[in-house]
Amino acid sequence: TFHNLQELRHSASLVNKVFVQRDYSEGTTCKFQTKFPSELESRVERTLFEETVKTLNNFYAEAEKIGAHSYLEACVACSTAYLIFLCMETRYEKVLKKIAKYIQEQNEKVYAPRGLLITDPIDRGMRVIEISIYEDRGSSGSSSASSSTSGSTAR
Amino acid sequence: MSAVMITRKVRKWEKLPGKNTFCCDGRVMMARQKGVFYLTLFLIVGTCALFFAFECPYLAVHLSPTIPVFAVVLFLFVMAMLLRTSFSDPGVLPRALPEEASFIEMEIEAANGNVPAGQRPPPRIRNVQINNQIVKLKYCYTCKIFRPPRASHCSICDNCVDRFDHHCPWVGNCVGKRNYRFFYLFTLSLSLLTIYIFTFDIVHVVMRSVDSGFLNALKETPGTVLEVLVCFFTLWSVVGLTGFHTYLISLNQTTNEDIKGSWSGKNRVQNPYSHKNIMKNCSEILCGPTYPSVLDRRGVMQQDDSPSLTTAATPSSTSDSTVPQTTKPTAPLIPNEHTPDDAKPSIATSTEISTSLTEESESTAHKVPPLASPETDVEASIAKAAAH
Repeated sequence: TFHNLQELRHSASLVNKVFVQRDYSEGTTCKFQTKFPSELESRVERTLFEETVKTLNNFYAEAEKIGAHSYLEACVACSTAYLIFLCMETRYEKVLKKIAKYIQEQNEKVYAPRGLLITDPIDRGMRVIEISIYEDRGSSGSSSASSSTSGSTAR
Repeated sequence: MSAVMITRKVRKWEKLPGKNTFCCDGRVMMARQKGVFYLTLFLIVGTCALFFAFECPYLAVHLSPTIPVFAVVLFLFVMAMLLRTSFSDPGVLPRALPEEASFIEMEIEAANGNVPAGQRPPPRIRNVQINNQIVKLKYCYTCKIFRPPRASHCSICDNCVDRFDHHCPWVGNCVGKRNYRFFYLFTLSLSLLTIYIFTFDIVHVVMRSVDSGFLNALKETPGTVLEVLVCFFTLWSVVGLTGFHTYLISLNQTTNEDIKGSWSGKNRVQNPYSHKNIMKNCSEILCGPTYPSVLDRRGVMQQDDSPSLTTAATPSSTSDSTVPQTTKPTAPLIPNEHTPDDAKPSIATSTEISTSLTEESESTAHKVPPLASPETDVEASIAKAAAH
């Protein structure tokens, strides 16, 4: 494959955007639907997509888990009138950093080679996972055109 | 060919829609009308000042020095909670960007099908099932999103707020998911402070009356009369409010839901968010995670406004400084409001533009790459300082 993240950002043109919505079936905790959007059918394998969304959901569940750790954090914070967060990172913020790193890694390894780009949900109000679909340039003179992506886009 | 440069970096809070006021370069976020908030501040600080001036000297000597110490601690906690409630983002949901809005519109049209001419289109509602309860999500025409469960649009601040409780003029802000626990701790600690001051006012007056009679005692400490007045009226309202919110927390309901009677029990409708256990409900709200703000207030807006093609040392960390910048829209490095469709150079949006031929000759004129890193803004402002 010849797509990489740099190339995608600087020279590919955007075709479409897909928005993966929130799954509210378990309440207001942050969770995204794992339903595979039809627009991505020709671009990425269903299993890879589901894996990404499930991992993200696990991260958010970890951030929002209410247990011993969150009780401790709340009690310590309250006893310092929440001033402790001026020097300490909250648990949620720590997990958000992990998520940002994970998304960057997924973009580099999985999605950019397929002409896709995932936007971190925190940049969209935690409402959607925005997936940008770029034009598939598998036919423009590359010697090792990837078979799965070039076949469907005849220009 | 003249060089144009931005001279001021614009932070995202300056371009946020909604009727909020921002201070300290985006760190503080409040509603527009702050008059009642100043009154709250005045009442609390004023009453405590009177307490420290009149009661504390006498009681520290005649009863115990721990009385003023505890009063100070309580006062500081009340102020911290008040300011935290008033200054933080209550959980505002950012408005949908154009692509997301049109994606949702398409989904709505697909769901509604063809509406015959002359008929009103059906209301925009999405049904979700939460814990075996059907909850209707309403579409917000202002923010162009389907509101998440428990979110509501505040007309005073013109924002959709997550887990919207109510808009409180006394704190000058909405009360929502992110600041509800601070609001509750504020009302609770203020109740305690009011009861504390009221009690020791009475103790003080009684002790003085024993020595010199009631009327003389009042003449000696006029401040106490004022304090008692304020505390008396505050007690009824604040203690009542604390009790009300304790009730709401134990049921995991919001004021908004309570007022609308969303879970009042008719039609066998029950609160799907309640854990049916008072301790679990309380721990979720008071000991739950501290949610992050999804409004990036202090992020720097990307300003693609310089059409000049001269590239001196580009400070950006990407290694493509020799690639000539084309005018074709490029994908943003940091996904933000400027999608490729919007990222056309627009000089009109930058606030101050100084054109200077001398800068070009100094070869400090450099095109700000669309993948603007903070360093470029510093370079731009340094260059401006040099030009002046």
